[in-house]
Amino acid sequence: MLDITKLLEEIKASPYEELVITAPHTGVVSFAGVEEGTRVVGATGLWKEVPGTRLATIEREHNQKFILAHEKGVISKVHKELEGTFVEAGTPLVHLRHFLSKDEVMSIILKKALYLFNAPERAKYYFAPDADKKIKASGPKAVTVHDGQELFIMSRMKREASLCYSGPEGVIYAVYFQHNENVDAGAPLIGVCPPDQVGLIEDVVIRVQTEWVEQD
Amino acid sequence: MDIDKKIQHLAERLSYIKDIFGDKQTENVRLLETRLEEFVQREQALPTKEKHAAIATVEDLFGFVEKKLETELTPMDKVRIVRHSQRICLRDILENVYDNYTEIGGKDENSIDPSMLIARAYITRRSGKKTYHQPVMVIGQEKGHGEEFRNGGSVKPWGNAKALHYMKVAETENIPVHTFVFTPGSYPIEDAPGAAQQIAKNLYEMSGLRVPIVSIFSEGGSGGAEAIGLADMRLMLSHGYYSVISPEGAAAIEGRLRSGERAGSELIEKCATQLKMTAADNVRMGYIDHAIDEPALGARPYHYDFFRRLRQEVIRATDEVVLSVKGFTPFRAMALRRRRGKTIEDLDLENIYVRWSLSSAARTRLVQKRHKKFLRLSRQAFLDRRPFVRRCSAWWWDKGWDIYSYFKYDLWRKHQKQLIYAVEEVDAEARVLMEKVLRPWRKLTSSLPSVPTKDNSKERDLTMLSQWDQEDEARNGQWSYVSGRAKEDKAITCPNSGSHGCLDLWAPDLFGEFAGVCNYCGHHFPMEYQWYLHNIFDPGSIFEFNSEVEAANPLGFEGLDVKLEQAKKKTGLKSGCMTFEARIDNVKVVVAMLVAPFRGGSVGAAEGEKFIQAAERAKKKRFPFLAYVHGTAGIRIQEGVNGVIQMPRCTMAVRRYIDAGGLYLVLYDTNSYAGPLASFLGCSPYQFSIRSANIGFAGPGVIKETTGMDIPPDYHRAHRALSRGHIQGIWDRRDARSNLRQALLTMGGRNLYYR
Repeated sequence: MLDITKLLEEIKASPYEELVITAPHTGVVSFAGVEEGTRVVGATGLWKEVPGTRLATIEREHNQKFILAHEKGVISKVHKELEGTFVEAGTPLVHLRHFLSKDEVMSIILKKALYLFNAPERAKYYFAPDADKKIKASGPKAVTVHDGQELFIMSRMKREASLCYSGPEGVIYAVYFQHNENVDAGAPLIGVCPPDQVGLIEDVVIRVQTEWVEQD
Repeated sequence: MDIDKKIQHLAERLSYIKDIFGDKQTENVRLLETRLEEFVQREQALPTKEKHAAIATVEDLFGFVEKKLETELTPMDKVRIVRHSQRICLRDILENVYDNYTEIGGKDENSIDPSMLIARAYITRRSGKKTYHQPVMVIGQEKGHGEEFRNGGSVKPWGNAKALHYMKVAETENIPVHTFVFTPGSYPIEDAPGAAQQIAKNLYEMSGLRVPIVSIFSEGGSGGAEAIGLADMRLMLSHGYYSVISPEGAAAIEGRLRSGERAGSELIEKCATQLKMTAADNVRMGYIDHAIDEPALGARPYHYDFFRRLRQEVIRATDEVVLSVKGFTPFRAMALRRRRGKTIEDLDLENIYVRWSLSSAARTRLVQKRHKKFLRLSRQAFLDRRPFVRRCSAWWWDKGWDIYSYFKYDLWRKHQKQLIYAVEEVDAEARVLMEKVLRPWRKLTSSLPSVPTKDNSKERDLTMLSQWDQEDEARNGQWSYVSGRAKEDKAITCPNSGSHGCLDLWAPDLFGEFAGVCNYCGHHFPMEYQWYLHNIFDPGSIFEFNSEVEAANPLGFEGLDVKLEQAKKKTGLKSGCMTFEARIDNVKVVVAMLVAPFRGGSVGAAEGEKFIQAAERAKKKRFPFLAYVHGTAGIRIQEGVNGVIQMPRCTMAVRRYIDAGGLYLVLYDTNSYAGPLASFLGCSPYQFSIRSANIGFAGPGVIKETTGMDIPPDYHRAHRALSRGHIQGIWDRRDARSNLRQALLTMGGRNLYYR
């Protein structure tokens, strides 16, 4: 059984991800004036169309390419000794400490705690009628699923086929699809949780919502 | 009660003055304010009779000050007047100018676009003892008095489509159209139909609409105004403006502001003055036929005298248009002419009766007259430095072609065609007969043994894959023009490398051999226009004409002269439009090319004139007409209305050409935006684009500025334009030549390229 409290404590102990930004290809590196402790932002905008902070420039064959931050965070280390030198692809250039947001923490915990059942192919998915009724009446947590249960209807180009759930027994904790939108193959449809852990996970969710302090 | 109403009215007049002048004229405003306050305080104590006398004095003072302020109005003040919520709107006009009206195509919010209002209206006239009801179709943008759902008169594409629909209804019913232009500009939605496409469609249809159109301008904001403003008679309210761009927009461009920044009020005022957008300016330049005087500080809904004048002007304008194309109307036309310049009191148009429906011949004359009228406009707005002798010879050469093409195509070709048809018919009959007669002989010969010759070329064609660089058209990467960027020794990263994993490309390969196309994902880097000149048309076949027509600065816009000189020096061209005859695989074409390096390929009077001349030439010579848009940023704003008038002018030229039977193709490349797209380019039934193109009505900055909406980065890409139905196909640059030839052959009809 997964110890969720411990997991949360672990995340709390180091509430960030350490991202290492490496050289995408060979070339001469010049850093763009970032120091340890500098705050940087990732790509922003509705379509991520505004580029993030420039960290370094790498030049090969007179072709300057910018290395940009993909996530927001604080620079923890800059390999200044590489300034002006020719580096190989994959050489670490900058270490970025990205602080986790509430949503990210939640998704980490849920991913570890829940069993995710994935869509086998790109299609629209619906719950089978009996499950659907229960979900509409009293929410997804009211439905218990077991291996081999006929749970979904997979609909593609107006052709419908039933899809059986396979995995451990438990209640549906999270639903990741909407009935009018296509789901890509491999994307999760539902997250299933053993019945005895439901209370525990709910606790954690509440604790994350209330306790997690986002650091900008 | 009466006094209260008057006080409220005066307070409204005061707030109006404050809104118009802002922080100017503070002394006059303070004077009025104190007088009004004094009166309000004293009011309760005064007896009724004195009350009336006192308020009359205050009213007189208001009138006096308003008259005084009227003389000090700057163009920007007029813009504020036109935009004010107390300004008369189309509803007021329908109520007060027409005798009866019914709104059609929806009402208020329950309309496909509440900012476009359509009404069938009546004007009733009495001539002698008879009463005539004369129906008209009234179409115009409705701003309302600050009604949110009207969107300030910014019409969405479907609003313009509605207007066009009812113009056609009017044409069917043979009744005149009165359009009222009350718009700051069109709403820049790219949808199906897109804003640009719909305006282009409107212009194209209006240029051939067979009923009189009278247009009254109050606020004429570029594309939105043109969508319903192409008219036989264009009147303008004296406090209105008619311009290519709002003064704020012009200031943002002139001040080179980045998005989000605001221009200073001084710069805006200066731009408003320089753009020459007032009624007087437009009448002087000839774009407006007649200005209608408004009361001091602009017409508001309580100016009933003004509505009476407007009614007379509208009637007179319609009468004039109708009489000018009717067959025999000497006395009425004379009477009408004599009334020009008379005051409103002397005008009595009610007792002259002119039937507003036209005969078929008169309708044809009407359209011809409209085209002639627009063809004459803006001739003064560009430079033509040819010596007199050469101009004369060009004129004669032109006339010669007129006569030649009349004899060759209109006279001889018509009979030749009949003859050919007859021969074809006889030939087809004879074939059927011969088939029957010869069948026994064929049977006999086919039964004899013979040695079959083996030809496997067809088999090879069908079973082997084709590759673009093995075909003749690609010339194995040996292009006759190679971009200057190919000389640089550097690598270039494809913008799609993140998503498509393209490797870096070496510039000499990319711009030399690959024609600016990424080898991995097919991304098109923009190319110079010379690349197309040399690689699409047959070598040595290009013959340029009208190259002497030169872009000028008709409004004396500050700084434009220098900028034009720079552009001329940089590109070696005299305007942003290059017109030439050329051949594509021996098919002769006339090409008008908008060149992006010349001031962004913006269209002004010179470019428009060259485009029209090219269309006329294609018509005379019976060649297909290709508009190759290397890039256009829109209308050249520094030319003001001289630029914007090219939208209807060029569309008319295109219409004349297509009506005469020509094939008009448009090919986009790099960036094409705004005015040209919303008129003479967008109206083509065959529009294609090279894959590198961005196509749209307004650029992302303008959309953000006007609507506050952020748009996705690929909003204007060619593939989006294709899915919206704007263009009909996307071409690879390397295939442009073969695709053009294919288009000419397949769309050109029976005689290859001219019906």
